Amino acid sequence: MAVADDHIRPTDPPDNTARRLMPLSVESVRPAPAVVAPSYGALKRSRQLPWMAIAAVAVSLLAMLPMAFIIWVAFQTGWDTVYRLVFRPRVGELLANTVLLVLCTVPLGIVLSVALAWLTERSDLPGARLWAWLSVAPLAVPAFVHSYSWITLIPGLHGLKAGVLISVIAYFPFLYLPIAAALRRLDPALEDAAASLGLGPWRIFFRVVLPQLRLAICGGSLLVGLHLLAEYGLYVFIRFDTFTTAIVDQFQSTFNGPAANMLAGVLILCCFVLLGIEVLVRGEERYARVGSGAARQSPPVRLGRTTLPCLLVPAFTALLSLGVPALTIGRWLVAGGASVWRLDEIGLALEQTLFLAVAGAVLATLAAIPMAWLSIRAPGPAQRLLEGFNYMVGSLPGVVVALALVTITVRVLLPLYQTLATILFAYALMFLPRAIISLRASIAQAPVELERAAANLGRSPLNALWATTIRLSAPGAAAGIALVGLGIMNELTATQMLAPNGTRTLALAFWAYSGEIDYAAAAPYALIMVGASLPLTWLLYVQSKRMAGR
Amino acid sequence: MSFLQLRALNKHYGSVKALDGIDLNVVAGSRTAIVGPSGCGKTTLLRLIAGFEAPDEGSITLDGTVLANGGSSVPAHKRGIGLVAQDGALFPHLTVAANIGFGMDRGEADRTERIAELAYIVGLDKAILKRHPHELSGGQQQRVAIARAMARKPRLMLLDEPFSALDTGLRASMRKAVAELLESAGVATILVTHDQSEALSFADQVAVMRDGKFSQVGAPRELYLRPRDRMIAEFLGDAVVLPARVDSGFAQCPLGRIAVDSTERRDTARIMLRPEQLTLKCTSREGMSGTPDMLFGEVVETEFAGSLCTVAVRLLNNADPPDAAAIGNTPLILKKPGMDAPTTGEVVRISVVGKAHLLA
Repeated sequence: MAVADDHIRPTDPPDNTARRLMPLSVESVRPAPAVVAPSYGALKRSRQLPWMAIAAVAVSLLAMLPMAFIIWVAFQTGWDTVYRLVFRPRVGELLANTVLLVLCTVPLGIVLSVALAWLTERSDLPGARLWAWLSVAPLAVPAFVHSYSWITLIPGLHGLKAGVLISVIAYFPFLYLPIAAALRRLDPALEDAAASLGLGPWRIFFRVVLPQLRLAICGGSLLVGLHLLAEYGLYVFIRFDTFTTAIVDQFQSTFNGPAANMLAGVLILCCFVLLGIEVLVRGEERYARVGSGAARQSPPVRLGRTTLPCLLVPAFTALLSLGVPALTIGRWLVAGGASVWRLDEIGLALEQTLFLAVAGAVLATLAAIPMAWLSIRAPGPAQRLLEGFNYMVGSLPGVVVALALVTITVRVLLPLYQTLATILFAYALMFLPRAIISLRASIAQAPVELERAAANLGRSPLNALWATTIRLSAPGAAAGIALVGLGIMNELTATQMLAPNGTRTLALAFWAYSGEIDYAAAAPYALIMVGASLPLTWLLYVQSKRMAGR
Repeated sequence: MSFLQLRALNKHYGSVKALDGIDLNVVAGSRTAIVGPSGCGKTTLLRLIAGFEAPDEGSITLDGTVLANGGSSVPAHKRGIGLVAQDGALFPHLTVAANIGFGMDRGEADRTERIAELAYIVGLDKAILKRHPHELSGGQQQRVAIARAMARKPRLMLLDEPFSALDTGLRASMRKAVAELLESAGVATILVTHDQSEALSFADQVAVMRDGKFSQVGAPRELYLRPRDRMIAEFLGDAVVLPARVDSGFAQCPLGRIAVDSTERRDTARIMLRPEQLTLKCTSREGMSGTPDMLFGEVVETEFAGSLCTVAVRLLNNADPPDAAAIGNTPLILKKPGMDAPTTGEVVRISVVGKAHLLA
């Protein structure tokens, strides 16, 4: 499964920040499988491996449930109906919208991110560190809050152009982070070599620097593309129809009819097409530095007289991506005054949100243990295949997972429909890849030798595992729980479709108020969501710097 | 006359003086090696010549064209100077053929043929052209880097420790091949290295660099046998340095009266001999008697290391030394062929070949 092999497959979250945060760092976080010593004791293997493997297979089967169900529904529905539901003008329209959105947003995001990354990493732009942080910070604002702040600023905003504008603003950090990290790691000797071969600065950029950013650009583009496919709230505000908004509409009017399921089927195909394109474009080439020794740090390029115009790029970007949300939320808070702070209601929403976030995150992390453990301690073709499936499933939009679970509970397990169990299960499925990534990184920090040493000193296998690996990987696991929790906190689509009646999380309350055009009442919820996301965004920024060795 | 001229080059990084008044002349088609310990500024000098950085003061003139003068500098891509970096710096996203052809015009008519020809010249197999750099061995990568730089037909080639990443055996053969290749192409070359034997064997002219300055510039043999001071002497190879009184071409030292390469008169001086100038001949304590003008020593320690053997010899008699006591107790450390090296406890007769060199 080349897809999963060296990039994190994003789980695609409909609208949340935290979920988006994690995949960015994956590339470097991911430990080399070589950590595992080949001489892993055969005896030990026979004792521990089967349990972990069985658990991992079980979790993977559960994770594949939604997709399997959609396929099963398609079979049940019969070819004629499927044909009638899929090949109709409405689907063509949605497909055109979605494809155009991706085709416009991704290239614009690439250009903007490359420019920002180059300015912040390779030039002597004044305040480069601040601009770098400001280029990551938009992640702290959930996409639907971006959209909310634009629509209340310019009420007439709608259609493809508005969709592209807000999508670029909300998602460009996904491209900026890997590209900036890749730029930092580039070997300046290559640029020197190109200059000595007679290339001017611009030609060096296009023939040497840009090609080496290909991996970062591919990974970031895939992430952005999957988010575009899955996003719901952002496009509802500006009345732009995509598959995801159409599925939710269909669900709200006809519940779980075959029409919604067929739309979901097409959406799954779109996701797989994106994954496939990325694998094709990325290719098999190795982009790492050839040769040995530490790379020299290249001196920053002097901007000279172009400093001022160059400053406009990050300043304008920050104004659009952070200034606009700050301005709108601030304006509505001022307009609403004290009356929008209905503390009892906000308190209740906060309480429910925290409960769902913590419970969902713990469940997702527990479910991730077998897969993460196997990928570090017993990597192999079967394990990689299994992991690949997990990432593929994780790239499915939340709306697909939710729709499948609604269908399953209604048709097969009605008592479970709209219960706490179902929503937590959905969260665990949606955020499983992210939990696996965090856990894997932390398990990799606990060398297997320690576990063996503990066993050598007379601990039983379980006891040894507890005393070494689990203890050592606890901080990483805690960070993973926090990230998943934050993702759940800002989740909108699946929560809306699956949560028990009367549930009102921060995201749902925000959504309800802004749906009633009570933008002032929605503002406190937006503020809380942004405030909760900021620290983790900062953590991500710091981590990406550290991983690049600075 | 000289092809490349460096005049009074200075370069600072903050308060650190990287280059401090560098002067150098390179003759067209010749080979120059700049050798010095790491951090001496040799790579900075190379970057200045290549045009990646501009000097603070001083000028660089190539073939009559001023490349840099004070702060003004012709950018690297307009200099026509080739560069082979330490690890080759091959473009990882391009095939070997694309790497070699990188600096050629895209429309060049016989591009493919030229790439094949260059690959042949540096000794690369044709089959390798379609591969990517990471599929090549270190030696092959260096060959590609050299072919890539040669494709531009540079006027001057800069080699930045290009052999240091290679195995010892490969290093020597690569060095020889590259020297021959550049010589037949008539390209002037500057090699930067920290390996003194590499510098001595590669170049027509060697510049020893320390703390941003050239300590001494000259032909390899000249530098080896007539280093200006003790530091240069010891940097370029093993040296036996002795206190002496010199007068009219001879030195009175712990090894007796030996010829020196200077007619100066100095009461306290230091002379240097390369260990290979001292020969040991096995004898016995009985053989010592009746030969007061000969010098004898006892082997106090030997260390076998394959082809060469390190022998420590303590002098048994010495004629009129200025500080006889001190020297007499300090053994001479010599490297001798392992085959017939004397063993510990043996008495040897020591004789000196050639002249000693008077150190400044």
